[in-house]
Amino acid sequence: MDILPILSTLRRHKITALLVILEIALTCAIVCNAVFLIGQRLERMQMPSGVAEQELVQVQAASIGKQPGANARTQEDLAALRQIPGVTAATLVNEVPFTNSSWNSGIKLDPTQKQATLNATMYFGENVVGTFGARLIAGRDFQAEEYLDFDTVQKAQKVPPQNAVVMITRALGEKLWPGQSPLGKTVYLGEDAIRVVGLVEALIRPALFGGDATAQWTLILPVRMNTGNASRYVLRAAPGERERVMAAAGAALHKADPHRVILEKKTLEQIRREFFQNDRAMAGLLAGVCVALLVVTALGIVGLGSFWVAQRRRQIGVRRALGATRANILHYFQTENFLLATIGIVLGMALAYGINLFLMAHYELPRLPAVYFPVGAVALWLIGQLAVLGPALRAAAVPPVVATRSV
Amino acid sequence: MFGYYLDLALRSLKRNKVLTALMVLAIAVGIGASMTTLTVMHLLSGDPLPGRSARIFYPQVDAYPEHKDTDEPVDMLDYRTAMDLWSAHRADRQALVADSVAQVVAPSSSVPATMQTMLSTTSDFFPMLGTTFRYGGGWRAEDDARHARLAVISEDLNNKLFGGGDSVGKTLRVGNTDLRIVGVLGRWRPSPLFYEVNGGRFMHGRTSPYYSKPQDVMLPFATALDIDDGHFSIFTCWASGSTDLKASQKNWPCVWIGLWVELGNAGKVAAYRQFVADYAAQQKALGRFNHAGNTRLRSLMGWLDYNGVVPGDVRLQAWLAFAFLGICLFNTIGLLLAKFLRRSGEIGVRRALGASRMAVFEQCLVEAGLIGLLGGIGGWLLTLAGLWLVRRQPAEYADLAHLDLPMFLVTFALAIAASLLAGVLPAVRASRVAPALQLKTL
Repeated sequence: MDILPILSTLRRHKITALLVILEIALTCAIVCNAVFLIGQRLERMQMPSGVAEQELVQVQAASIGKQPGANARTQEDLAALRQIPGVTAATLVNEVPFTNSSWNSGIKLDPTQKQATLNATMYFGENVVGTFGARLIAGRDFQAEEYLDFDTVQKAQKVPPQNAVVMITRALGEKLWPGQSPLGKTVYLGEDAIRVVGLVEALIRPALFGGDATAQWTLILPVRMNTGNASRYVLRAAPGERERVMAAAGAALHKADPHRVILEKKTLEQIRREFFQNDRAMAGLLAGVCVALLVVTALGIVGLGSFWVAQRRRQIGVRRALGATRANILHYFQTENFLLATIGIVLGMALAYGINLFLMAHYELPRLPAVYFPVGAVALWLIGQLAVLGPALRAAAVPPVVATRSV
Repeated sequence: MFGYYLDLALRSLKRNKVLTALMVLAIAVGIGASMTTLTVMHLLSGDPLPGRSARIFYPQVDAYPEHKDTDEPVDMLDYRTAMDLWSAHRADRQALVADSVAQVVAPSSSVPATMQTMLSTTSDFFPMLGTTFRYGGGWRAEDDARHARLAVISEDLNNKLFGGGDSVGKTLRVGNTDLRIVGVLGRWRPSPLFYEVNGGRFMHGRTSPYYSKPQDVMLPFATALDIDDGHFSIFTCWASGSTDLKASQKNWPCVWIGLWVELGNAGKVAAYRQFVADYAAQQKALGRFNHAGNTRLRSLMGWLDYNGVVPGDVRLQAWLAFAFLGICLFNTIGLLLAKFLRRSGEIGVRRALGASRMAVFEQCLVEAGLIGLLGGIGGWLLTLAGLWLVRRQPAEYADLAHLDLPMFLVTFALAIAASLLAGVLPAVRASRVAPALQLKTL
């Protein structure tokens, strides 16, 4: 197909051609970035937590202020929870992944530092690693004699050295001591020197206010909670048992203390779904906008294509009379659309890159991966060809006899 | 002439229904998308206290020992600073705010106890923010001083616990303490809930919690300290040797109290700014602070601005919607061009019969405007649908998403303006049609 005649025709319809090009360019730029944003949101929703999400439930019961005998009450509660058939582990913790409520502390590598090296979250509770199903990859879990009561730790001037141990995540170890094994190293919490004895694969922090890059900066400390200072009971059970276990746990806690308020009973999967619900809503919205944009652009191409065909009816008739086949006419309009789309796509890619730079500056987004450019180009070429097919077929159907009329 | 053009436009639109429908649809979809996001932006970036916000300020004194004068001060006050500034009474009005969680039940009601986040504040809070009361009223300064056991509740909680009746004088049990209800708030939904806004610069644009509803229970700050000590929400703490967390929260090395002040004129603002700076300098001299040079006195709107209260997602959606409207406009320009130029013959006849270029231009614009009006109606319906979708979102501001009168008018203004803008180029082209050439080919 000779494209020179097409170019010379387009030169006589500069404005219309320019409109199609601009529309394609804008659509290309926005769709590329929107799809990229959707990808970012979906990726965020896949964020690993490091815990056995399908097996965990959380029952939150209001702590009713400081009360005597809270330790005994807690042990009774946990004993009752562990007796529920199907429960493989149960504990009381200060925080749970994806609940947006977290206990954090600045940690230092050197006690004389003025500013903390970084801010990490702290999980307290008996057998946190085992109950949550976090994977220990090096070192050891805490021994029973290493646990201290939270109230004791608060009152103590200094944590006794034999209790000053911590487990950390691999990501935190890599951040604090790049390339070295964190086992045996010391971190400082306030004035306490604490020795790293264990390394877990991952354990996400409950709130991501520090940004997603800090999601795995987690400490696990051998501190026992009681009903006076913690409210989150975590139970582990087989996936099919969770609903039943949750109901039974609520009843057991209510029975142990009828004045207690059960705030929430949820599986960790539910909690996770709610944590990411804004991301899901935004991804859905962006997807809707992309579809709407592509439809509008396609309709625009159909409209202008129809107009062009109607305008050039006589010329088409003349070409047909002079020997052009239907296929020639069809290909003419398809090639024309391909040319316009190509120019639009080239412009659109540059614009997409510009928008991406803007988003990077304002929304902490990474750079648009290069793979979006060819994929976006192919998508727009396809849509352009589909949209122009109707008008082009109508053009091809113009009979040669038109040439002989009303000239 | 306008009526005649309108008649012509209607006939022209009827002639090619598909093309007309495409144009109206493009404008409607573009307007619907942009007005939905614009309405949400308008609601979220508005003034939470119209008519009052200019007089309301948020003093900041930096108790955080790891900060320097070049740092922004920490977002809230420690107990000592808050009490010193508040009890100095240097502003026209001043109110402390702090949140605490407690178990709340009404002994006279069968509704089971719930955990509530309560607002602990002081008597000036209600007159300063202009809250309306359904029943009763706020408490007085002497109630603050004598740690009075009383509370103000929201209309929602009043409906839930007391079936919406006048509950003034009834009892609300918070923890183990009975409080007498002195007031029931009327509908009051400042957007954002500005006195709870802090830490915006650490939120990464995820600021939709700022738009939650006011607390259901409000009680005197001194009373809350008596009955719920140790359960106040804390902004942040710092290490300070040994800290006895068993002691009252007043003595913790933490910031957890906000102070809002009302200052009636510029002179008072300047004086208060000086007072806050002097206070910090004095505390530094006393050795309680290690720096004093970064005190702030931001206005309410300045504080919201500093915290970037409009959620990042909402801003992104607005950008997206306007880009979408742009594409819809390009589309409309192309289609209008096609429509007008297809009528070149007709336009040629009109020109030959004496119509000026201006007249043809006007006629074309009237047609474009009519399309805009139709698109506006479609856009309005789509905006209503869009806002309905927003209300079903799990965001805190969802219940706020309604189309108010100004935004309703903006919908039509934007639709007609957009279609006229789209119509200019095609209309210019149409008015340039050479009559002789067209007449020849008829």
